[in-house]
Amino acid sequence: MAQLTLPQNSKVRKGRHFPAEAGAGRTRRFKIYRYDPDSGDNPRTDTYELDLDRCGAMVLDALIKIKNEVDSTLTFRRSCREGICGSCAMNVDGTNTLACIKPIDEVKGEVRIYPLPHMPVVKDLVPDMADFYAQYASIEPWMKTDTPAPASQERLQAPEDREKLDGLYECILCACCSTSCPSYWWNGDRYLGPATLLQAYRWLADSRDEATGERLDELEDPFRLYRCHTIMNCTRTCPKHLNPAKAIAEIKKMMVARR
Amino acid sequence: MAEQSSGSGARARPISPHLSVYRPQLTSVLSILHRMTGVILASGAAMLCAWLLSAAAGERYYAWTEWFLTSWLGYALLAAWSWCLFYHLCNGIRHLFWDMGQGLSLRATYASGAAVVVASFMLTGLSWGLGLACNLAG
Repeated sequence: MAQLTLPQNSKVRKGRHFPAEAGAGRTRRFKIYRYDPDSGDNPRTDTYELDLDRCGAMVLDALIKIKNEVDSTLTFRRSCREGICGSCAMNVDGTNTLACIKPIDEVKGEVRIYPLPHMPVVKDLVPDMADFYAQYASIEPWMKTDTPAPASQERLQAPEDREKLDGLYECILCACCSTSCPSYWWNGDRYLGPATLLQAYRWLADSRDEATGERLDELEDPFRLYRCHTIMNCTRTCPKHLNPAKAIAEIKKMMVARR
Repeated sequence: MAEQSSGSGARARPISPHLSVYRPQLTSVLSILHRMTGVILASGAAMLCAWLLSAAAGERYYAWTEWFLTSWLGYALLAAWSWCLFYHLCNGIRHLFWDMGQGLSLRATYASGAAVVVASFMLTGLSWGLGLACNLAG
């Protein structure tokens, strides 16, 4: 059942304020969700003022500047800083995106930064992804075959069959889409969510995979697949411009087609 | 990794904010409107049943519902119900296209969403215009 409000231990309190350094030119306020598991306190939002003339262009640059120069306790995940690893997925200015490819200039006024929505928070902007990864593992994301592989070469695929994987294989599993989905917020324990379902379709659409029927059997469930109500927040928020809603619709079509 | 899952420590992990921080956008707003109009239409169906029952029960009972439905509150409710009906109808058709795998690009979704909102108001205005015109003529 959907719980629309946050539980008592998750309510966000007002936090500290870090003013800009003296003589700062173009200042911008960054309001950032903080949670310290060691303190026993509720989460809070701290406000940091930065001089944009002395900061990189992206939201991740601002976070790194804060950690390096203002408050070293700020905790977040990051790695590639070019939108390919998916580590710095977070909620910036009300939608989920990768901090490393989100220009600060795209945000009007105060930059509000929260962890991916409706996730258990480990610390600050770091959500616990264990359930998300377990759901991904549950769809068995590898090629399954009964026929033996050709003796002297790989399994071949026609160019037009390979094209069917375009828009699917690019997914980096950052979880922006799943955590933007109200259905996933309310039923994330049983509904697989857009990211995992897009990955499921990636294997259903693969001409070399031979477990299509088995995969569809696993998804034929009121919750795993059919909690998708085509809200489309997933497609709206995907930082790689993929279309999970379309992939889910294709799975639903396959379910009907095989009857 | 799974062993470190939520609630393993002394304190349960907090849940990150969701509804309160996520920006409302056409996708989610029209979706929740679809559900809300569906619920409101269920109450409209109850009103419709009450109206028909009163007609079957006799002139005196029918006069009561007639009095209520032609009061300003009755007209306001009927206007709201009729808009809900047309919105739910138009968005339902949009869902049928989606179920066929059509119109799922972000562009098409925004275009069809805007079309549904405009069409719902136009159909409401049209049906009320026709109804009131017939009322005056008849």
